[in-house]
Amino acid sequence: MDARRDSEPTAMKNRTTVERKSERELVVTRTFNAPARIVFEAWTKPELLRQWWVPKSMGMSLLSCEMDVRVGGKYRLEFAYGDSQSTFFGTYKEVTPHSRLVWTNEESDEGSVTTVTFEEKGGKTLLVLHELYPSKEALDAAGTGAADVMVETFAQLDELLVTLGASVGRS
Amino acid sequence: MVQYMRARLDASFAALSDATRRGVLEQLGRSDASITTLAESFHMTLTGMKKHVGVLEQAGLVTTEKVGRVRTCKLGLRGLEEEAAWIERYRQLWDARFDELDKVVEELKRKEKIDGRKKR
Repeated sequence: MDARRDSEPTAMKNRTTVERKSERELVVTRTFNAPARIVFEAWTKPELLRQWWVPKSMGMSLLSCEMDVRVGGKYRLEFAYGDSQSTFFGTYKEVTPHSRLVWTNEESDEGSVTTVTFEEKGGKTLLVLHELYPSKEALDAAGTGAADVMVETFAQLDELLVTLGASVGRS
Repeated sequence: MVQYMRARLDASFAALSDATRRGVLEQLGRSDASITTLAESFHMTLTGMKKHVGVLEQAGLVTTEKVGRVRTCKLGLRGLEEEAAWIERYRQLWDARFDELDKVVEELKRKEKIDGRKKR
């Protein structure tokens, strides 16, 4: 194993936690080593969001990303994976610079409401993403969907790492 | 397969939504127990406890075995592992995303530093 490649990213990496707060709620938390204004910027500028929202390893590509980040503004993200396409869209309900974003997910009747808060402390930002689903069934289904995607994702990530490892070895 | 998973998860989450049933799982985590013992620890009737154990059993969280006149309950780990795996996969999705976000954030920080120097 390449020891250098192993140790470098982990030194910086913060933990992502996920908790099912209730039958209808999921909470994801993560700290970022940057002030809230920077993290907020990465969530609200489409040219930045598209750089991270679909990790390369996910095997999906983002075809388009439109975001009108203001109260009542719409967003629309189009993905492609293999031959199929899917579109995610909704409306921003709250936009408080550097501290809070709330949007709806309207692609299905069972879509969640997502609230993201950014809390700055000592130059770092604690991000809390809260998803509220209309029913327990909707959340279970969303989780299963994510799980299906992830199985594919990790297979692709493995491939990518092998490719990267090979190219690092060569250079 | 997906339908099966969903049905299992529904049963697991329903089973875990009750405080008594979570308590029963906790107690069974320490040691196996008969329904009579469980009913006593939770100050419940035998019938009430049987119902709770039934729900846990249906969800695959508990298994029971009758030896003579005593029905012994023990933890059925499979269901719990499945639920933990569900959460873990969801966590990995966000973790992968946030690793990419880290890179974007680092880039923004770097740019801000350069811009700041230029202004001065």
